[in-house]
Amino acid sequence: MANVWRYRDLVVLFVRRDFVSNYKQTILGPLWLFIQPLLTTITFYIVFGRVANLSTNGIPQFIFYLAGNTVWGYFSQSLTAVATVFTTNAAMLSKVYFPRLALPLSIVISNLVRFSIQFGLFLLVWVFYLFTSSAIHPSWVALLTPLLVMLMGMLSLGLGMIFTALTTKYRDLAMLLTFGVQLALYATPVIYPLSTVPAKYHWLILANPMSAIVETFRVGFLGPGTFNWLYLGYSTLATLVVLLAGTVIFNKVEKSFTDTV
Amino acid sequence: MSDIAIKVEELGKQYRLGEIGTGTLAHDLNRWFAKLRGKEDPFAKVGEVNDRTSKGSSDYVWSLRDVSFEVKKGEVLGIVGRNGAGKSTLLKILSKVTSPTTGRIKVDGRIASLLEVGTGFHPELTGRENIFLNGAILGMTKTEIRSKFDEIVDFSGVERYIDTPVKRYSSGMYVRLAFAVSAFLEPEILIVDEVLAVGDAEFQKKCLGRMQDVSRNDGRTILFVSHNMAAISNLCTSCVFMRNGMLHNAGPTEQIIEEYISFGRQNAGEIAGSDIVYANKCPQAYFSNISILVGGEITSSIDIKKDVQVRLEYVVTVDDSLIYPSIHLLDNVGTVIFATFNGPSATVNVDENFGKPLKKGKYVSVLTIPGNFLNEKAYSISAFLVPLDVTQTSVVENALSFVVTDTGEMRKEFGGDWIGLLRPKMSWMTAKLN
Repeated sequence: MANVWRYRDLVVLFVRRDFVSNYKQTILGPLWLFIQPLLTTITFYIVFGRVANLSTNGIPQFIFYLAGNTVWGYFSQSLTAVATVFTTNAAMLSKVYFPRLALPLSIVISNLVRFSIQFGLFLLVWVFYLFTSSAIHPSWVALLTPLLVMLMGMLSLGLGMIFTALTTKYRDLAMLLTFGVQLALYATPVIYPLSTVPAKYHWLILANPMSAIVETFRVGFLGPGTFNWLYLGYSTLATLVVLLAGTVIFNKVEKSFTDTV
Repeated sequence: MSDIAIKVEELGKQYRLGEIGTGTLAHDLNRWFAKLRGKEDPFAKVGEVNDRTSKGSSDYVWSLRDVSFEVKKGEVLGIVGRNGAGKSTLLKILSKVTSPTTGRIKVDGRIASLLEVGTGFHPELTGRENIFLNGAILGMTKTEIRSKFDEIVDFSGVERYIDTPVKRYSSGMYVRLAFAVSAFLEPEILIVDEVLAVGDAEFQKKCLGRMQDVSRNDGRTILFVSHNMAAISNLCTSCVFMRNGMLHNAGPTEQIIEEYISFGRQNAGEIAGSDIVYANKCPQAYFSNISILVGGEITSSIDIKKDVQVRLEYVVTVDDSLIYPSIHLLDNVGTVIFATFNGPSATVNVDENFGKPLKKGKYVSVLTIPGNFLNEKAYSISAFLVPLDVTQTSVVENALSFVVTDTGEMRKEFGGDWIGLLRPKMSWMTAKLN
């Protein structure tokens, strides 16, 4: 960790590189940050809200899906990026040494910046609904948001590091990852509230540490939903375990991954 | 504090040959099981020499074996050896890009390595942004880079383009900028791998000069790998000679270079068949025999006054291939003295086969270097078969070396040290003008 601190400028520059290179030669530039969650939410709104008519606990469907998407987007994007960090940067990593941890860290941070902007968009829409809809009842739980964001960052970092470390040797995991993240969306209460799941299957959904995080976020800002310290405590514990395991595996593999990647 | 900057002890590095990724799970389990029982790694065979030209008995290979040496502070150590001798592996381990399989390294000081210039350059970023990014990757802080920014830009000579994305740069500009960043690194120990093989001659000279500055004035420790013996002998105070993954010898630069160059001399003026090691191989033709003859006898020790014949025997495998056999004569530090080939316009005589497409079969081309032309020195030759697509040239570097001995032919008037890479007997004219 001390080593990473010495290279903090590098982490900052990696974050910068991410942003600059992403939006160069695009007309809309950073506007894409808004378009992406909005389009996803509109799709969800039409498919799950209007066509399938899934319950949202009485919350206006649009803000319900936007809340889920904003949170899930941060987790899934930083997980996918961290999980491929060794393979996408192999050329650079095989030529020069710097603390390898700097790369996944920079990814989580640059996604955090992205999330903050998208969270701002969510807040705008939320304020609009707050005044126009009576179904929304924010609570003190919203104050837990920084904790939730931190948990998601750590979880995606830990899980991503496990994936990237193992992918250097077993490429099968890269296949698993792409559709695994898609499937995980359905194993997390993003497009449905936990309360619609039959009680005997709650444990299954809650085994996914992301579930309590998404639910808590919605309870905080929108009102109806499930909030339970026990569930959140489990998510925190699971996150710490995953992060620890990820760091250990990552550190073990970083020493010699250039031989196998 | 001792005066040792790097101490390497019994370093070894094992690699897996062939396709990585198939059957690794089985091997991993096997290895893990052996470890569990307290046995040795079943795939690490001890005592096998890494020679890329001959087939080994296992799928695993030792790129480095039992390498031990020390580098003193302020020393510039050259690392020489043929392709595949383990030089780059050694540098990779020293710069922590990969870890050794066995052995230990003790390092006193901060290391920066230049295994490649422009690592991490992003094509979309501007020159300015890339200087910062690349500098940070190489271990500089933002403040350090900022304080040297002007010098870096000045050294690279691309000031005008500094705010243009580097993807718009010419490859020369790109490399100049990349090297400039590296040149202003200030670690205690610098590891450099052949990066001087970039840019034009003027820039190369600038780079060498900069490295000399760094080592002499700033007293930094440098490890330098190159095939350019002139650069090595200019920069390095001592050298190690790597061969087949092992440390062959270590000592003062002069001595090691001499040994490295003359290593081919053991093949006594002739090399044939699978002993011929290609740096690149052409699909239409290959050498079957390369030899040096004086008066019809194969030799590597040559009398200065006698004609030397370099005989290239080669097999053309594709009908109607246009092949130009070519030879470079090199001095004892690897500088090319001359290059010659059998093109009709580049030879003294004419031969019906020169410059014509050849049918399949075995051919021989003989180059004659006249007597009283070479100096009393050690030389070596590189042999080439150049097809129409020159990128596919068969290249045998330092195929043979030989020593020319002065037997006194031109020594009636002058007995001192006769300088020069060559000593041609030429025509002179002296006349009285008044």
